[in-house]
Amino acid sequence: MSATAAPLRNVERARPAASPARTLKLAEALAGYMLAGPAFLLLIVLFILPVFAVFVIAATDWQFGARSLDFVGLANFREIFGDEGFRISLMNTIVYVLIVVPGTVILGLAIALLIESGRSWRAFYRAVHFLPYMATLAAMAIAWEALLHPTIGLLNQTLAALGLPTANWLRDENTVLPVLAAIGIWQNLGFAMVLFLAGLKSIPQDLYDAADIDGADLWLDRLVNVTLPMLGPVTMFVVIVVALKAFESFDTVQILTQGGPGHASEVLLYTLYRESFEYLRTGYGASVTVVFLVIVVALTLIQARIMDRRVHYQ
Amino acid sequence: MSGVSFQNVQKSFGPVSVLRDVSLDIADGEFLTLLGPSGCGKSTLLRILAGLEAQDSGSVSIGGRGVDGVRPKRRDIAMVFQSYALYPHMTVAQNMALPLRMRRLSPWQRLPVFGRLLPGTKRAGGEIAAEVERTAKALGIGHLLERKPGQLSGGQRQRVAVGRAMVRHPAVFLMDEPLSNLDAKLRVQMRTEIKELHKRLGVTFIYVTHDQAEAMTLSDRVAVMLDGELLQVAPPQEIYADPSERRVAEFIGSPKINMLDGVVRERGLIDVAGSTLAVDIDRDQGAEVTLGIRPEAFHVADRSGPGALTGAVRFVEHMGSDLFVHLDMPGVAEPVIARLLAERAPQISAGQTLHLGVRPNRALAFTREGARIRPRVQWTPAAGATVTHLREYVQ
Repeated sequence: MSATAAPLRNVERARPAASPARTLKLAEALAGYMLAGPAFLLLIVLFILPVFAVFVIAATDWQFGARSLDFVGLANFREIFGDEGFRISLMNTIVYVLIVVPGTVILGLAIALLIESGRSWRAFYRAVHFLPYMATLAAMAIAWEALLHPTIGLLNQTLAALGLPTANWLRDENTVLPVLAAIGIWQNLGFAMVLFLAGLKSIPQDLYDAADIDGADLWLDRLVNVTLPMLGPVTMFVVIVVALKAFESFDTVQILTQGGPGHASEVLLYTLYRESFEYLRTGYGASVTVVFLVIVVALTLIQARIMDRRVHYQ
Repeated sequence: MSGVSFQNVQKSFGPVSVLRDVSLDIADGEFLTLLGPSGCGKSTLLRILAGLEAQDSGSVSIGGRGVDGVRPKRRDIAMVFQSYALYPHMTVAQNMALPLRMRRLSPWQRLPVFGRLLPGTKRAGGEIAAEVERTAKALGIGHLLERKPGQLSGGQRQRVAVGRAMVRHPAVFLMDEPLSNLDAKLRVQMRTEIKELHKRLGVTFIYVTHDQAEAMTLSDRVAVMLDGELLQVAPPQEIYADPSERRVAEFIGSPKINMLDGVVRERGLIDVAGSTLAVDIDRDQGAEVTLGIRPEAFHVADRSGPGALTGAVRFVEHMGSDLFVHLDMPGVAEPVIARLLAERAPQISAGQTLHLGVRPNRALAFTREGARIRPRVQWTPAAGATVTHLREYVQ
């Protein structure tokens, strides 16, 4: 260091206080933090900390209400992956999701296209199909139970009257999961339909006109060349949201089947609930939660990554 | 032969009448522009021709063949949209190939994977690709074929839209405000390209715009529309110098034509703005008329008196080679605008009194209702301004 460095350092030290731009920037940053602060605090308290707690509890053998606990490391996870019940539950969940997501998307899109193609009664059809989504699923599940009742249920009575084979829908391990999935589709249909309707409205008429002139003027050609590609972003959103909802389905299982018969309708969230709050094995339940979280987050990321590139056409 | 003919076409949307009894014949190979402010029905007329909209009454024919009720793709037309209407999920090549694929491949052959296995798909696909490439090269977008529209600039998208229209050699080209989404500089450049395209293809072009500069520079004939009516159909210079009525005169030209109310003093002489002008019209003494004088029809006169108008200068806009002088004249509500050559009128400032002469035959007479009163000696283009002169003025 020589003599020339000293005055330079002085200049540098003087600048921050003197620069109005810097003061303004600081004030702006402060205001920003203050405005974001409350929401950030709530996020931490309500989301981040509980998730963190789950991760900690997952590494213990804590039982709900117990006064002591031991850290057991990854023992809970070893147990999970060795557990036949968990594997069945995971498979059931995957099958359920694989039925509900395509079913909801295809039916929701079909209904949206039908409503949009007609001129009359649009609001009525929209409302009717959206009702199940608005209704409390727990209450609706009871209505479904009545419909599906093996002897006095409307479904079996109708089938019998038509001379078709009947079944004990919720007590047969071959039918219980598809039936629950059908209820899941019925419930999410309205949500998908409303989003598709909004998506259809935002497709520029010019594109349909261009398709007409280019010769893609038949129903299927218009669908393939204009409607479906332009609904890409909406479809991606619907798929992600419905998949997440299907992954965390719980109400219908709890109310209609309690996971039965056997483990035929046991899904991840139900396993989690049963381990944590019926068997009070909170530590084990927490590790199921961790697995559940990892699957859900990974799924969302993969979907968003892969689909984002394909639907936004940049 | 692929001229286009509209016969008594009418169209309303609910209570709003958009087209009132429009009849128009467009010759094969002609470049015709439908010019009018937004909402005048010009786009609707184009969409009826394209088959995207159906007229309430009247008939449309293309190449002598009635096309009422014919689907758009069977009309042998192509259209360039204002928004370009490119399919955002397809590459440029796929966008341009679509009209050909739709026509040359069967529905089975268009299926994604299975279609490729069918006989003939590969050969037809290869031909289509070759034609797309040839067209793209002709338009200077050969290097963009694998891009998606979202990655292109406005001018490039416009070329792709033109390419998609061109690729299947339609008999009639329809363009709906194709340049209005471009910036000013690019618009002028694309204007030239469209003109050249028309020359090269030699097919009928029907072009919709609200921009009179585009209409004047591109067209063989301009059809001026207002409120669903066709006011005048004529070559650009005639539209400008010999408008059929007041609304046409007022719509064309920038700055706007000056409208001065006057009274016939005696045959051939009109009292206007405190002076008297010689205008050769067949109206008797006392008849009320309106004179339309284009800003550039004025020239600086030495003194007041018959044949010259006098006004007080409000302010002067310097436009380089020209001056726009705004004047107050006695008995005229709106300021009169005169466009003077800068070198001929060097010293004009606000507040000054200015005497303006009017070039012979350049005062257009109208009735107070707006109908044109033709001069007794008919106007000929040679007597008026030259075409280049006019085009310069409308820009």
